Amino acid sequence: MMELFRNPNYDFLGKAKYFIAFSVVVLVAGCISMVVRGFNLGVDFAGGTKLTVRFVSPPDENQIREALRKGGYAPDKVVIQRTGKQLSQTDRNEVFINTPQTEADVDGDKRKITAALQQHYGTPIPPDKLDVNLIGAATLADRLTELDVLDLKKTLPPGEAEKEYRRFAEHVIQVRDAAGGTLADLKAVPLAGFDAKMGEALEKAAAIGAFNVVSAEIVGPQVGKDLRNRAIIVTIVACIGMLFFIAFRFEWIYGVAAVIAVIHDVLITLGLFSLFQWEISLTFIAAMLTLVGYSMNDTIVIFDRVREQLAQRRRDDIAKVTNDAINQTLSRTVITSGLTLLSVLALVLFGGDVLRSFSLALLVGIIFGTYSSVAIAGPILLWWKRYLEQRQRKTSSEATAPVRTGEEKPARQRAKSASVRS
Amino acid sequence: MRENVLQRAVVILLVTLGCLYVTLIGWRAPRLDDFTSLDQIRKNLAANIKLGLDLKGGSYLVMQVMVDEALKKMTDDNAEKAKALLENIGITVKEAKSLSATQMAVTIADAGRSAEARDKILEDLGKSEWTSSLSGDTLTFTLVERVAQVYRQRAVEQAMLIIENRINAFGVAEPTLQRYGAEQNHQILLQLPGVDDPERVKKTLVLESNLELRPVDGTYRVYATLEEARSVIGGRTDVEALPLDEREEEVLDEDGHPLPQRKRQPQPDAPTQYLIVSKTPIIVGRDLRDAFASSGSVDGEGSYRIIFKLKDEAAKKFAEWTGQNIGKGLAIVLNGRIKSAPTIRGQIRDTGEITGNFTKTSAEDLALVLRSGALPARIVYLEERTVGPSLGADSIRQGVAASVAGLVFIMLFMVLYYRLSGLNAILSLILNLLMLVAVMVMLGAVLTLPGIAGVILTIGMAVDSNVLIFERIREELRAGKPVLNAVELGFDKAFVTILDTHVTTVVSSLILFVFGTGPIRGFAVTLLAGLLANIFTATFVSKTMFGYVLSRSERPATLSI
Repeated sequence: MMELFRNPNYDFLGKAKYFIAFSVVVLVAGCISMVVRGFNLGVDFAGGTKLTVRFVSPPDENQIREALRKGGYAPDKVVIQRTGKQLSQTDRNEVFINTPQTEADVDGDKRKITAALQQHYGTPIPPDKLDVNLIGAATLADRLTELDVLDLKKTLPPGEAEKEYRRFAEHVIQVRDAAGGTLADLKAVPLAGFDAKMGEALEKAAAIGAFNVVSAEIVGPQVGKDLRNRAIIVTIVACIGMLFFIAFRFEWIYGVAAVIAVIHDVLITLGLFSLFQWEISLTFIAAMLTLVGYSMNDTIVIFDRVREQLAQRRRDDIAKVTNDAINQTLSRTVITSGLTLLSVLALVLFGGDVLRSFSLALLVGIIFGTYSSVAIAGPILLWWKRYLEQRQRKTSSEATAPVRTGEEKPARQRAKSASVRS
Repeated sequence: MRENVLQRAVVILLVTLGCLYVTLIGWRAPRLDDFTSLDQIRKNLAANIKLGLDLKGGSYLVMQVMVDEALKKMTDDNAEKAKALLENIGITVKEAKSLSATQMAVTIADAGRSAEARDKILEDLGKSEWTSSLSGDTLTFTLVERVAQVYRQRAVEQAMLIIENRINAFGVAEPTLQRYGAEQNHQILLQLPGVDDPERVKKTLVLESNLELRPVDGTYRVYATLEEARSVIGGRTDVEALPLDEREEEVLDEDGHPLPQRKRQPQPDAPTQYLIVSKTPIIVGRDLRDAFASSGSVDGEGSYRIIFKLKDEAAKKFAEWTGQNIGKGLAIVLNGRIKSAPTIRGQIRDTGEITGNFTKTSAEDLALVLRSGALPARIVYLEERTVGPSLGADSIRQGVAASVAGLVFIMLFMVLYYRLSGLNAILSLILNLLMLVAVMVMLGAVLTLPGIAGVILTIGMAVDSNVLIFERIREELRAGKPVLNAVELGFDKAFVTILDTHVTTVVSSLILFVFGTGPIRGFAVTLLAGLLANIFTATFVSKTMFGYVLSRSERPATLSI
């Protein structure tokens, strides 16, 4: 059989102080950064407006900045970003425009930015025509019906004209969306299945604008705060729930150790996001929840083995037993983490911008989730067990009890954990 | 281990078929084209696997009902009512006004009768709803907080009802409207799949309509300026001058329809004219039973009007009034402007109509607003997300491509590393995903972007379960146990771990589902479905497959793992 490790015997717990030192350094650096630099919060948490705008042809960022400046946006307030990869034509035509809320109405900035871009870009749309790149099917259908170039209202039974125009309007919008959100030419809309004069009707009703606002995220300042607070509270409650369950299945120290390891992972991920100023968006919450689940899973697998081994080898040194348990599960740990890591890596590389914040958080989280099970949860468990053993020994010698009881007690302590096993 | 392989295989087959059926067809009897037409299969899948707005495209609006405005209005009304009440029993009121949304003060001239006044007002307002305090000649009434909460909730419910009516009339497929966040936030979440211009929807939602039918005072006379009209009114307080949108000396027939006659074309730049009307309406908006837009009024094609029908009670009153006032003018007042003021020719029973410069859209919108009434309080938008269908499609494509790439890699590794047993893991993984989808379909749950995160964690845990089992079996084999024993022990020992990890995660995802909102819930639902499926596939299915392989020889000496 193919094996990654043959009887691995690494002294993980012996190196615990180096692990802890490393963790402390990363944690402190992260915490300092969180306090000093804070986070690069996306619209979801900070509030504001984020528009994804697709142009008919690749836009120039300086032009957009200029357009917005004329529209009343100070250049240092607006963030204009290109999408990360420039693989496809739609990527090249797309920009994100990000601004804090400047209008009294939450959705005021969307209108203002759209108007500013319209003002600046391309041939102006005649006032009697709709911009086909900015409207929905319902609006277009209304206008087509109103103009009634085909005289359908006279020739068709009542109501049928509206239906026919509606069908055509939906077709046009569908073609537009299939083309990536913008039409470059009205003549490019295929007329198969429709009256040839529909093309004429469309040209009467609409014109081509330079861009389409394909998505808008508008978040009021209070919403972001609520969302963040709820996420934090619910995560804490979930952690407490898991702590109790683990305490019930194992012993309470296992639960405490596992939860500390999880908190460690969350803090480190937050710290790294602050250090590198990666953007934190709504999906980040999902990533954090995944990370909590993953880290917990990993820790429990190791703890399960520790519990089993402690029950079997009552007379062995606890440190040795715990370390062996980690080694015995090592190939599982490496295989599972490696596989999950690779599929998350695929998400980072090919998952697109919407998932970027999510997949990056997961990537960091899985690395540290695996690490913390060995480097944080293991040592905490071991130290507590050792502390208990020492205290037992001390109290038993003070009580001038027979020496035997000192050995029996910790054994019983271990047996207790074994007896909980189902 | 080797026993009951056939029975177990049948169970697995049934589960698989059931899941396939639910996913491909759903909760209904199959039709032939469910299997033959690729187009129909695609349609079924799209209908069964519900995608969230972030994947499908659409609008997502969070709004807050300003409930205290509704309360303020109620308190204002109560203050006025209290004043009238006291004056009825001969107590002179110096001032009656609301102090806040839930508090009002009544100052009376005769401080000696304050106790009597207080009792009278409390009796009318309801003793259990209001508390009162007395200082000198001023009575202060406060709405009990518990009751105020009830009124606030009622305002939100009413707003939701009205929004629902308006959205339904708008013709959006599968809109969802629900309370959002904590109850005391008074927030509403509206999701409109496929709508990418929310501006139009928002316009329909905030349309106010305050429709009143009021008598034109005295003889029908139009005034050119407000001043002129006011000088005619003089000191009277029962009438007021309102701007007239279109001067139409129409005559209504018995059904309330204007008789066809020559009409003056409204001139766009004509100065506003005024009409003196009574302040007391005969009919108000809530007396309406129905209202709808209709095309082809007297102006000919292309123009729209709104026809309304009255409720029984109001119709009686209306018939009585019109019967007594034949020849007089009736002003149709909408939001403080007279839309038209036809002359009554005969008694009108329960139908009337509003004409004016309406287009199809504006007529339909107004009819809709008349039908559903006005919102009880203002709505403020807190959050608005619009995802264009093209962007949603991009997210799906990229997310799915990445997941498939990851999945393929995992499968390749499993086969290379665990050889034939890896194949076993792959089959359980595929069945796991199928079950996950089927459970989602059964629950009617919606797949969102955070949901995909849940799927990824499920895949991770499914692979982990298999790795745990296989590593255990390998350990036992290394320890020199015979194959059959090793497999048995491997499953038994790994089962404890799998149960512990899964139940822990189930505990946390249940908490996330119960207490979480929006994205957190989407994540929790998928994860829960995945975990339950995984316990089944990792232990039952995988074990059965091992059982089958091992049952083929009497004493299997080797295992491909």
